[in-house]
Amino acid sequence: MLVFLIRRIAQSAIVVAIMSVLVFTGIFAIGNPIDVLISPEADEAERAAAIARLGLDLPMHEQFLAFARNALAGDLGISFVHGVPAVQLVLERFPATLELALLAMTIAVLTGIPLGVWAGLRPDSKAGKIIMAGSILGFSLPTFWVGMLLIMAFAVSLGWLPASGRGETVEVLGVPFSFLTANGLKHMILPALNLALFKVSLVIRLARAGTREVALQDYVRFARAKGLSPARIVGVHILKNIMIPVVTVLGLEFGSVIAFSVVTETVFAWPGMGKLLIDSILLLDRPVVVAYLLVTVLLFIVINLVVDLLYSLLDPRIRLGGAKA
Amino acid sequence: MTRQEPVLEVEDLRTHFFTRGGVAKAVDGVSFTLRRGEILGLVGESGSGKSVTGMSVLGLIDAPGRIVGGAVRYRGEDLVTAGEKRLRQLRGRRIAMIFQDPMMTLNPVLSIETQMVETVLAHEKVSRKEARERSREALVRVGIPSPDERLAAYPHQFSGGMRQRVAIAIALLHRPDVIIADEPTTALDVTIQAQILFEMQKLCRETGTALVWITHDLAVVSGLADRIAVMYAGRIVEIGTAVEVIDGARHPYTHGLLGSVPSRNRRGEPLAQIPGMTPSLLNLPEGCAFRPRCPRATDACLALPPLSDGGHGWRCFNPQGAAA
Repeated sequence: MLVFLIRRIAQSAIVVAIMSVLVFTGIFAIGNPIDVLISPEADEAERAAAIARLGLDLPMHEQFLAFARNALAGDLGISFVHGVPAVQLVLERFPATLELALLAMTIAVLTGIPLGVWAGLRPDSKAGKIIMAGSILGFSLPTFWVGMLLIMAFAVSLGWLPASGRGETVEVLGVPFSFLTANGLKHMILPALNLALFKVSLVIRLARAGTREVALQDYVRFARAKGLSPARIVGVHILKNIMIPVVTVLGLEFGSVIAFSVVTETVFAWPGMGKLLIDSILLLDRPVVVAYLLVTVLLFIVINLVVDLLYSLLDPRIRLGGAKA
Repeated sequence: MTRQEPVLEVEDLRTHFFTRGGVAKAVDGVSFTLRRGEILGLVGESGSGKSVTGMSVLGLIDAPGRIVGGAVRYRGEDLVTAGEKRLRQLRGRRIAMIFQDPMMTLNPVLSIETQMVETVLAHEKVSRKEARERSREALVRVGIPSPDERLAAYPHQFSGGMRQRVAIAIALLHRPDVIIADEPTTALDVTIQAQILFEMQKLCRETGTALVWITHDLAVVSGLADRIAVMYAGRIVEIGTAVEVIDGARHPYTHGLLGSVPSRNRRGEPLAQIPGMTPSLLNLPEGCAFRPRCPRATDACLALPPLSDGGHGWRCFNPQGAAA
């Protein structure tokens, strides 16, 4: 277990290093932020001063080394545009995205798994077929369009739910969260539903496929022959066996929801990280983009670690350790 | 001991599968009686309906299959018409089942303890601790060493033979009246097979449990069973005591089966085979289903021969004499 963790952390460090080189070079290649940042009227002297202040006069590898030195000390640079530390900017937006993503995943798990298992147990029933047809819709409808439809229906026509913003927030340990107030929760429902739609469909399909396969296994028949109740057979014998693929995909999806919920955040004007990223890319605000991507990479690493730990809880045949592997 | 009292009576059982290709009559009029403590060997080739018969007794037939007729009486109570709730009470408690492949019958992600304790708790209101103790005892009874460690283990940590012992221990947890064993030794090594056979026999004698031993291997049941029923294409073609069926087989199919068992007496001679193939259940021949493969078939066999009366019965118009 300890070996596993140490190896994981070493691997992650390498990933982070490679990522930072790629991101740095990539953004360097896109263009010179000075052209965006400085007013066209500025004279040569002002321009040179600004370039020197941001360290943009150095050759690329020196810029990178300077960046890497600072990054190792925990300083990812100061936003060119906002003039505040880039990490602070990203982390300020992080809770908004995180709570939205968590709510979306909760919805996906709580509706997707029961519906999928139901459809898997009765693949030829009408309900099962309707569930599957619905999941195809969930897959294929574009997120931004569904988001706008949701706004049209629930915010504009019915007026039940607000269409944009975070609503009231409550600070917990200095971090603002919306889900703790009724008003904030109301603001979250539409964007969370929008984000969840695709995941629900995905979970339904995974759960259904898994259930159909597992339900035919001898151990399920043996469980019936033991006289167990259907609830126990489905809730324990089948569910635990189908959770491995579901957890895998949910882990990946959770990361991508947090990292790339750009579309939903834009449609619902949700002040999360996705919106920050888009704005920063447009302004070539390199420190923010780099900080954002590094945070994302760290997030994926943590999620994957959690997923691996869950595997070993779900399936006794999977052993963490790997000294032999 | 009231050995004569029947615990399980199967009467004219018909289980059909309604597939796209037509109706497959997997079990078509099977009758047998099982007395207390008796061991019945149910023998037949793959697809002869022996497993479906076993499943039907417990009401474990899934769509597209259905029991379309007949009765399964456990101590006089018909299980075919019984509700799912009543069946669930009996399953595992009064009638238990063991399956063929021990690699597949235990849930890979649940510990042995979970799988045993849940079986106890499904039928009896006892504490978890007591259920665990009962499970431990059951493991000891089937000869599993260091049961405490074994309870905490998972199926993949066991060998095939050990897993089958666990399955048997689970089946024995409630000391059922009947165990239906569906080829429980087929997937095991011959040496393990012999051990399991011996122990099953012993345990059943001790607890007075009746056993339906489903197998394709006449040699296995000949030493184990009190009575043997030979199935072909969904019907019992011959039934009697082990001695009657093995030494005094009358049906040509039973003769064919006996002839295809390798034996030391016929060393060097080619092994006898039954010509032809098992007919498709979707398209059974009129009359006696064995007719197309039978060396003794006559025009009379176009009608279905009845099972002859008496303790030793056979379904044939032209029975053979005692086995050569």
